[in-house]
Amino acid sequence: MRTGLLPKLLISPSVLLVLVCVYGYIMFTFYLSFTSSTMMPMYDFAGAASYRRLFGLENWDVSLNNLLVFASLYIALAIVLGLGFAILIDQQVRAEGLFRSIFLYPMALSFIVTGTAWKWLLDPGVGLERTLHSLGWENFAFGWIKDNDMAIYCVVIAAVWQTTGFVMALFLAGLRGVDAEQVNAARIDGAKTWQIYLRIIIPQLGPVFVSAFVILAHMAIKSYDLVIALTNGGPGRSTWLPSVFMYQYTFTRNEMSVGAASAVLMLAGISIVVLPYLYSEYRKVKHG
Amino acid sequence: MADSHSHGLRASRIALYAVLLFLALLFLMPVYVMVVNSLKPLDEIRSGNLMALPMDWTIEPWLTAWSSAQIGVQPTGLRPYFINSFLIVVPAVAISTLIGALNGYILTQFKFRGANALFAAMMFTVFIPFQIVLIPMAKTLGVMGLAGTVTGLIFVNVVYGLGFTTLFFRNYYAAFPGELVRSARMDGAGFFGVLWRILLPSSAPIIIVTVIWQFTNIWNEFLFGASFSDYKSFPLTVALNNLVNSSTGVKEYNVHFAGAFLAAVPTLVVYLVSGKYFVRGLMAGSVKG
Repeated sequence: MRTGLLPKLLISPSVLLVLVCVYGYIMFTFYLSFTSSTMMPMYDFAGAASYRRLFGLENWDVSLNNLLVFASLYIALAIVLGLGFAILIDQQVRAEGLFRSIFLYPMALSFIVTGTAWKWLLDPGVGLERTLHSLGWENFAFGWIKDNDMAIYCVVIAAVWQTTGFVMALFLAGLRGVDAEQVNAARIDGAKTWQIYLRIIIPQLGPVFVSAFVILAHMAIKSYDLVIALTNGGPGRSTWLPSVFMYQYTFTRNEMSVGAASAVLMLAGISIVVLPYLYSEYRKVKHG
Repeated sequence: MADSHSHGLRASRIALYAVLLFLALLFLMPVYVMVVNSLKPLDEIRSGNLMALPMDWTIEPWLTAWSSAQIGVQPTGLRPYFINSFLIVVPAVAISTLIGALNGYILTQFKFRGANALFAAMMFTVFIPFQIVLIPMAKTLGVMGLAGTVTGLIFVNVVYGLGFTTLFFRNYYAAFPGELVRSARMDGAGFFGVLWRILLPSSAPIIIVTVIWQFTNIWNEFLFGASFSDYKSFPLTVALNNLVNSSTGVKEYNVHFAGAFLAAVPTLVVYLVSGKYFVRGLMAGSVKG
């Protein structure tokens, strides 16, 4: 269709909003990270001082290490379990729709709701530990959420619970696209079901693994709500993530330039994961 | 031989269902715990078993969570914040969906220079960590006089929802048969004629997908709410977090569970009624292009 003025005119507010509120703001935050802003934005140029300060902070170190532990476990578990669930459901089970709905419903919940439920479930004083004691299993101990070294794994548990169904849905969609002839041929050759999955089906799911990885990795870096609701970063700062660090330094510790620097690093991390993926998808679209 | 084979088959079917059933119960457990314990008096939770049904059923925790629990310094319950969330969600969903439809139409039916680059630029906004825009957005809202207001949160949620809504409609309209649009143009239909008479009437599925997706996302949104609202304009997620994580006084677990369930009800209902479309949104949002 010929492009008159009207379409351009009507899309320009969106263009403007995205240019200003996304890319302009990214530039602004990037600039702030090179100033000496504390409580309010300041526009002096202070070089890389806030990055130097950031890398010297133990709080940042803790946040980054936590992210590493959290992200790798979260991504690995969600992918393994998601694939497992998808394969189980793919066995022509009855009530397939019901099982799918049950595994996927946590995705409809707010992380604040999830965090609240798991916070008390994992709390040794009222949750699973207390319950198993009252059922007679006196020695059962599960106090990870109160333990500096273990609390981050509680965040993993709740996050995996929330997202596994989603990864399952991705893999189910992928399984539907697997070449049926190859599978049938292997079956006629007497291959066992697990062999068919391992040698024929799973190797064809490469693109789903890539999508799942990119989505989960970017969700891990963005994770904030769940930590706030589940542990509020604690005990101490043992479950801080970069997102928590950013909020703390920007809004409560009045070190805005350091907060801005941490946000820039979060964006950089996500870009490294997402941009190659988006680029390849974009090329696919362009070349049909 | 054949008999033992079918025996093994049946055993493996039983094992399959046992595993699925166990996993299903595991996944339902947190919500079961929320509901069951929201109907117990507090001392029953403290003295015992989180999995047990209430001995002494009560709806008191629900009433407290709804209308009198302490949120910050105010004993207002979650009701005003429930209303806030609706006041934020309804306009934000409507506006972002409308703009998304318009953008999708323009990006697919009019080939102008830079259309693809523009789309790519919008798609990236779906992934950015919103921490990167928090500081300048706080300043902008302040300048616009929208800091700490429901209107401000509507604005923010519309702006950062545009990437998704545009993506949904753009991919849907890209697959729309071009002949229909062309023949309508031949018959003299203008810009809005094509949109109104040709595209929108067959857009029901993608409109539903987009509305559900935006509703769920914005209802569950926390970071913007926590950054840009005050005690008058808190969305429900922020109020719930205040209720649960306020450190003063006795921890009223039953009230917390009731509050959490209240916050979950709208999106759960949407999910139960139209799960199919929710899944399509998830898929469309993740498997792009």
